[in-house]
Amino acid sequence: MSVQTPNSFRTGPDETGHFGIFGGRFVAETLMPLILELEKAYGEAKADPEFHRQMGDYLAHYVGRPSPLYFAERLTEHCGGAKIYLKRDELNHTGAHKVNNVLGQILLAMRMGKKRIIAETGAGQHGVATATLCARFGLKCIVYMGAVDVERQKPNVFRMKMLGAEVVPVQSGARTLKDAMNEALRDWVTNVEDTFYCIGTAAGPHPYPGMVRDFQCVIGRETREQMMEREGRLPDSLVACIGGGSNAIGLFHPFLDDRDVEIYGVEAAGHGISTGEHAASLAGGKPGVLHGNRTYLLMDDDGQITEGHSISAGLDYPGIGPEHSWLHDTGRVKYISATDKEALHAFQLLSQLEGIIPALEPSHAVAKVLELAPQKPKDHLMVVNLCGRGDKDIFTVAEHLGGL
Amino acid sequence: MSTRIDRRFAATRAQGRAALVTFVMAGDPDAATSLAIVKALPKAGADLIEIGMPFTDPMADGPAIQAAGLRALGAGQTLKKTLAMVRDFRAGDADTPIILMGYYNPIYVYGVERFLADATEAGVDGLIVVDLPPEEDAELCEPALKAGLNFIRLATPTTDDARLPKVLRNTSGFVYYVSVTGITGSAIPDYSKVSGAVARIKKHTDLPIAVGFGVKNAETAEIIARGADGVVVGSALVEAVRTSLDADGKATAKTVDAVVALVSDIAAGVRRATKSAA
Repeated sequence: MSVQTPNSFRTGPDETGHFGIFGGRFVAETLMPLILELEKAYGEAKADPEFHRQMGDYLAHYVGRPSPLYFAERLTEHCGGAKIYLKRDELNHTGAHKVNNVLGQILLAMRMGKKRIIAETGAGQHGVATATLCARFGLKCIVYMGAVDVERQKPNVFRMKMLGAEVVPVQSGARTLKDAMNEALRDWVTNVEDTFYCIGTAAGPHPYPGMVRDFQCVIGRETREQMMEREGRLPDSLVACIGGGSNAIGLFHPFLDDRDVEIYGVEAAGHGISTGEHAASLAGGKPGVLHGNRTYLLMDDDGQITEGHSISAGLDYPGIGPEHSWLHDTGRVKYISATDKEALHAFQLLSQLEGIIPALEPSHAVAKVLELAPQKPKDHLMVVNLCGRGDKDIFTVAEHLGGL
Repeated sequence: MSTRIDRRFAATRAQGRAALVTFVMAGDPDAATSLAIVKALPKAGADLIEIGMPFTDPMADGPAIQAAGLRALGAGQTLKKTLAMVRDFRAGDADTPIILMGYYNPIYVYGVERFLADATEAGVDGLIVVDLPPEEDAELCEPALKAGLNFIRLATPTTDDARLPKVLRNTSGFVYYVSVTGITGSAIPDYSKVSGAVARIKKHTDLPIAVGFGVKNAETAEIIARGADGVVVGSALVEAVRTSLDADGKATAKTVDAVVALVSDIAAGVRRATKSAA
């Protein structure tokens, strides 16, 4: 497929919500007026300095930003190549990058006068972040979570309940993240008057992909500044893991027009792309339409959506944000993948070399750093987004490693 | 150009009554039983037939239709088989309009041009694609209209007067008014508001208005039929299929009869609501 290289990679989406052929507004008519209302409200908020002042204030004093850009000395020594920096978004309040986006959406929901917040969650990180901010601002919070994930991620279910959220186990379909999203959309179709749908990743119908990206871009903007401060220049490469891809687009977007910066997105290869048991939509899927947008999806020949597999519940989604699909087709970002096994190895290695237990999601990114960094010269500056901490994953990892 | 759908609504209007639009899921519980159900519908009193194209992720459907889709997919239903089913039906019935209803992805993956060619050839008359609002008309609606198919749109309580013209612009055949905000098979509509809503849409279009969501039996069908040009029943029929199945989810001797009996009952309700020909 030949896709024209644009003058800028940072202008999307267009006014109809498209990144090239990807994105769009594929929703039921009942939701269309709500999506148009949201688009308008976000446009106004974006142009309002007071909204940005509020965001900045809570990001600094509640979330704990900026997150450090940390030089991983022992990991660098171990790899024997590029100088590796970790963007420490796992140090945010609630332990992952998810809170950056949720804060933006909750402030927006309050501007719109919405009192009831719904969200979908897979691993539970987005659910926890949403429950946290709903507690902080006194909003009602309902989190849809696949029944299978409720079983797999009990600590996060408990956290959400402690924070006052109602967690609804979703019994439909395959009972995982995609079904949780279906159920959240069904709730929204039913409760159109008072409800705000807080989507957890840079996907869904326009304006969500661009809006969630904008809220996550704080990661990339800080990285630029911090790297200038530390090294006096921009990084040479960026690496981030991708489920829906919000942490990745947040890091990548501010660098997309710096053509010398190599950018790597790491999908979850599960048991391996060739086994069919993976969650790598770009490597193993094709363009289709689901959850309001056109993007690369895992599906069968009849267009039926298939289940993703990954050891990481946060990457276990059969789609990817539409902007990533476009960046893939234009070639601006190189998308690679890491298997469960590679991620588990990276999880242990980073814990032991740096005293940082990463979530299984960014362990996929670290796994590819172990391959990429040794091929680079010693003055190559590589940033990996450590988008979540691993506390939630210790039981999963223990099970795979045969106990502790 | 008059289509089967236009002609059928003209006929029911001439009879001074609303049309009964019945929804069944293709391939539920299996391809053969589902074909037998569809073939039996006109005689039971269905004026138009909507055939669901099963999809793994039907985000606007309630539990009954979700489950029907999964039963069909479990039995091996595909879009290709759904089109073959329409062809089989059409061989024995030249007049009853067939509308395919579902979600865009299976059509997109099948290929829009190929789908429209095959659907037209099979004898499909109209399409309802839930996740294609007017904002995405270039995808399928415009090519479908060019191919001579009707493209039926859903209007909902959230579709206000400012938006209605946009929704109706490329709509043909009829308008499907969804009487509640919600998923299929969920809430009971406020029946008193339905005729007012129909009147509101009529100010913007001459197309027939069919009303769906919340029609469960002859009684509810009769109430809706008094205020609309068509009555759509879906979840109740799909539930009739489900409750007729054996413990393994397989069709029984009662399956086709269960659906036929319910449709006959609802058709009688619709016909009771006879009004003077407008």
